[in-house]
Amino acid sequence: MDTHHTKQPFEAIVRTHSQMVLRVCRAVVDVHDAEDAWTETFLAAMRAYPDLPAEANVEAWLVTIAHRKAIDIVRARQRRPVPVENVPDVASSLGVVDLDHHELWAAVRTLPPKQRQAVAYHYVAGLPYAEVAEVLGGTPDAARRAAADGITKLRSIYHGAFTKEEAR
Amino acid sequence: MTRPTMNNVSERDVAGLLASAAADADILDRLHERLEEAAIRDGLLDVAYTRIDTPVGSLLLAATERGLVRVAYDRENHDTVLETLAARLSPRILHAPQRLEPAVRQIDEYFAGSRLQFDLPLDFALSHGFRQTVQRHLSHIAYGRTESYKQVAVQVGSPNAVRAVGTACATNPLPVVVPCHRVLRTDGTIGKYVGGPDAKTHLLHLESAAA
Repeated sequence: MDTHHTKQPFEAIVRTHSQMVLRVCRAVVDVHDAEDAWTETFLAAMRAYPDLPAEANVEAWLVTIAHRKAIDIVRARQRRPVPVENVPDVASSLGVVDLDHHELWAAVRTLPPKQRQAVAYHYVAGLPYAEVAEVLGGTPDAARRAAADGITKLRSIYHGAFTKEEAR
Repeated sequence: MTRPTMNNVSERDVAGLLASAAADADILDRLHERLEEAAIRDGLLDVAYTRIDTPVGSLLLAATERGLVRVAYDRENHDTVLETLAARLSPRILHAPQRLEPAVRQIDEYFAGSRLQFDLPLDFALSHGFRQTVQRHLSHIAYGRTESYKQVAVQVGSPNAVRAVGTACATNPLPVVVPCHRVLRTDGTIGKYVGGPDAKTHLLHLESAAA
């Protein structure tokens, strides 16, 4: 049985999930590495695509690949240290239109790794906690707690930011 | 591409922003180009495609590493054609105009009347047997000349296979470049064409004017 016969052209996978994968990459690695992570993710996905079962959950599959690529990138960075990314003061440039949401992603990256990943895979990619747990290891409950803790911290940062903006 | 509007109160919530924050279209285009280059470098781009506008409508052009593998008219439905390529050749397909540059240039020159012969590597992976034999013969019919289905059948050594020649022309995976439009019915009427009779007439007029 040849599963290729029901498979979309890979271009359709890229078009459909391009934004989501970039959001995930921006949430889990720093701004300089997000584009490399995006390219590495889709390149690895394209390599494996012919063997992906036709009924597979494409979002979960892409997030799993992006998660591994992000870990590879972080490890490579640790082997050859570069200046640490400055964490921007989230409130500093309010009023300036931030089209690419740099401040949002910078805020996400201030979270500890597990929280950041859980937030990225649940809130950014939209995976249910059972699938987030499969990507991260651990239980769905642990994934849920990590995502909840992360989103609470983000809300406290962003709530303050929006309140100040509205007060202008 | 939709961008979340900052005036929408619900999207001001962090959770809403995380799920919807859109990257600039320019960034995604640049990333797509990087993916095309990396896929070519790693030998993963089994099928590259692009579209061009011509006097006979939008044409889809697709190429493997071996050469041009498919030219498709709009009426064939480009999405359906790409799905067929995914099933028959490989699903590793990207919109990657770079590999199609020579074909695009030559087809533009052909429609401008300045190119009388295509000089492109062709991949006949989508046709087999007698059909492929017929299709390979078609390139020997000179620009501005025509043959009848019957003459083609004689030329390929199967004088009784007139119907099969018709089928081979109708299933030509490379119309325009492999000139099945130069094959007419014995009575001189134009016969059927994958791009429709108007497209066939257009190509024949183009060639009789420029030849």
